[in-house]
Amino acid sequence: MLATSRNFEANARAGLADRNLQRALAMMTESGFPARRREAVAALPEFEALREVGSAIKEHTLANLDFYLELYEANVIAAGGEVHWARTPEEARDAVLRICRAAHSRTVTKGKSMIAEEIGLNDFLEANRITPVETDLGEYIIQLRHEPPSHLIAPAMHLVKEQVADTFRAEHRTLDPGRPLAEPRQLCDEARALLRPRFLAADVGITGANFLVAETGSSIIVTNEGNGDLTQTLPRVHIVLASLEKLVPSFEDAASLLRVLARSATGQEFSSYTTVSTGPRRPGDLDGPEAYHVVLLDNGRSAMLGGEFHDMLRCIRCGACMNHCPVYAAVGGHAYGWVYPGPMGAVLTPSLIGIDEAAALPNASTLCGRCESVCPVKIPLPKMLRHWREREFARKLTPRVWRSGLSLWAWVARRPALYHALTEIASRGLGWAGGRRGRFRSLPFAGGWTAVRDLPAPEGRSFHRLWAERLKRARTR
Amino acid sequence: MSGARVEILAGIRRSLRRGPLDGPTEAELRARVAAHRRNLVPARAAALDHAGQIDLFVAMTEAAQATVTRVPSAAAIPEAVARFLAAENLPAELVVAPDPGLDDIPWETRPLLRIRRGRPEPEDAVSLTPCFAAVAETGTLMLVSGAKTPTTLNFLPDTHIAVVRAGQIVASYEDGWDRLRAATVPAAPAPGLPRTVNFITGPSRTGDIEQRIVLGAHGPRRLHIVVVDDRQESDGQEAKDGQTQG
Repeated sequence: MLATSRNFEANARAGLADRNLQRALAMMTESGFPARRREAVAALPEFEALREVGSAIKEHTLANLDFYLELYEANVIAAGGEVHWARTPEEARDAVLRICRAAHSRTVTKGKSMIAEEIGLNDFLEANRITPVETDLGEYIIQLRHEPPSHLIAPAMHLVKEQVADTFRAEHRTLDPGRPLAEPRQLCDEARALLRPRFLAADVGITGANFLVAETGSSIIVTNEGNGDLTQTLPRVHIVLASLEKLVPSFEDAASLLRVLARSATGQEFSSYTTVSTGPRRPGDLDGPEAYHVVLLDNGRSAMLGGEFHDMLRCIRCGACMNHCPVYAAVGGHAYGWVYPGPMGAVLTPSLIGIDEAAALPNASTLCGRCESVCPVKIPLPKMLRHWREREFARKLTPRVWRSGLSLWAWVARRPALYHALTEIASRGLGWAGGRRGRFRSLPFAGGWTAVRDLPAPEGRSFHRLWAERLKRARTR
Repeated sequence: MSGARVEILAGIRRSLRRGPLDGPTEAELRARVAAHRRNLVPARAAALDHAGQIDLFVAMTEAAQATVTRVPSAAAIPEAVARFLAAENLPAELVVAPDPGLDDIPWETRPLLRIRRGRPEPEDAVSLTPCFAAVAETGTLMLVSGAKTPTTLNFLPDTHIAVVRAGQIVASYEDGWDRLRAATVPAAPAPGLPRTVNFITGPSRTGDIEQRIVLGAHGPRRLHIVVVDDRQESDGQEAKDGQTQG
């Protein structure tokens, strides 16, 4: 997928002007995920402690990732499956294509997989004359619209129902024009009826994985629709796409993370379907795939271990950070310009596609900290956004005006006497100029601020001055 | 791809600033995995007695939009099923898992119910399956695939009816997994497991359009659970109630 993260500003402006998007975003922030999460968290007294537990499980696994990967691989093989290691998106795509070709596959059904998005799998399969069919309702809708997902767990959350109806009317050739498609129920039924025969016809089913269990060589998917289960049970071949950091040691560890995953994501106690798959069908089984493949993608993750962005590898892709992000809620997921939106995307995207490409993303944050406070594995997202800003500055990717402004400020700030003198003059001057109204409608060098809101005027005395006076008073008392 | 494998593992060790783990550390990690040590398990279900866990299971699964009928014995299942189908205006026709654990259901007492045992065809509207265990904590069914319990029964038909024996209800996912480990071959960890273990909490749903929950996205639109309260008869015989392993 071609990244447009460089254009964050333009993307964000487009998002702010998109009335459908704004309606869709309001539905999420007003009555959707955040409210449901609050309820689910309140209903589980151990939730806070479980965040700590989940974080520790992930850290333990990452610290011994080589061991757990080898154990996992051995157990996949013991169960009759195969593991394909891929350093890059190219290697992962090639592995999928080889498996599909060996199975003489023409149609592939797909459960939701962010790794498939990351490696641009659909376009690649189509170019190789294999038809990928997305089966998650949201993914199916955006596949018809040729759009990338705008949210980790609700890929079509940028759309309102009228847009979905228009898409179905345009793309479903068998659809009776008189059939009502005004309500989500009707839209869901239309997609269900259309996709059922595709499930039955597919030769290969591709799913992602929420967790890989080293102890048993199992993959775990968490879904609500049941599409992932039909995808991985009906075709002859099941391919799992997963990245290295999905590993957990045991089922007990997976259970702990599952307890925080659904609650953080949709606010459910547990998702409708949590499915543990181990190898292909057993002799005598009445259904299930005959072959089971796991494509294990690195794509820069092994290099993140032990570094400034190590903690990001704990992420379990619940989407809570974007559900609670004021920037995401204002501009939507497409503004971020690549696969992963919101705060987690602003940290992860520069690691995966490079800071040169994604320098705007770490700046798309007010650093308010809500993301970190809801993260089920306590990832310090604001801290890592700051790390990226530092790197961006060090690599001279920031605009020249900012750079010289910041350099000037730093020069002054390192000279306390000068700094105090200048701020004293500035705060007095501005306090006086602000007059009785106490705020500015416009101010030279502050146009970016005053174009959309007033700037409050300083009250005439600096904090340092107030503090010094306070100390003096205390001493004389 | 072996080049990729070697390089990825080497890259991980480089990033972690160490070589391959030494023998004692590896042994320690193996012991950690083998111990099946539980992390924090919420008190919600674990603190209750078994009767309380059954009630909690029913309450939680109903909160997830499943429907529940409680019956005193397997003899009452045909009537419960017939009533449910009639109330939902569904055909009196079922595809039933060929699992021997369901052989004690006297279908002949309801001759109007048409029963077929086997895996589902795309036209089948209603399935009936046993379960392996049921988790009280969140009202979650645990089902395993096998020669007598095809997974498609849980997903293809529009209506899924599951039979849960009181003795199968456990507090936590970990409890269910322990039962599964006990029921499978302990010597060979991975091949001993069934291909698929499904944890199912309520019917299929989606919130992908405007965050409004719609039931029956791709899987069953209805999940009906018949809880068989046969504690007097079956206490201590829980293993017998479990699904047969493939």
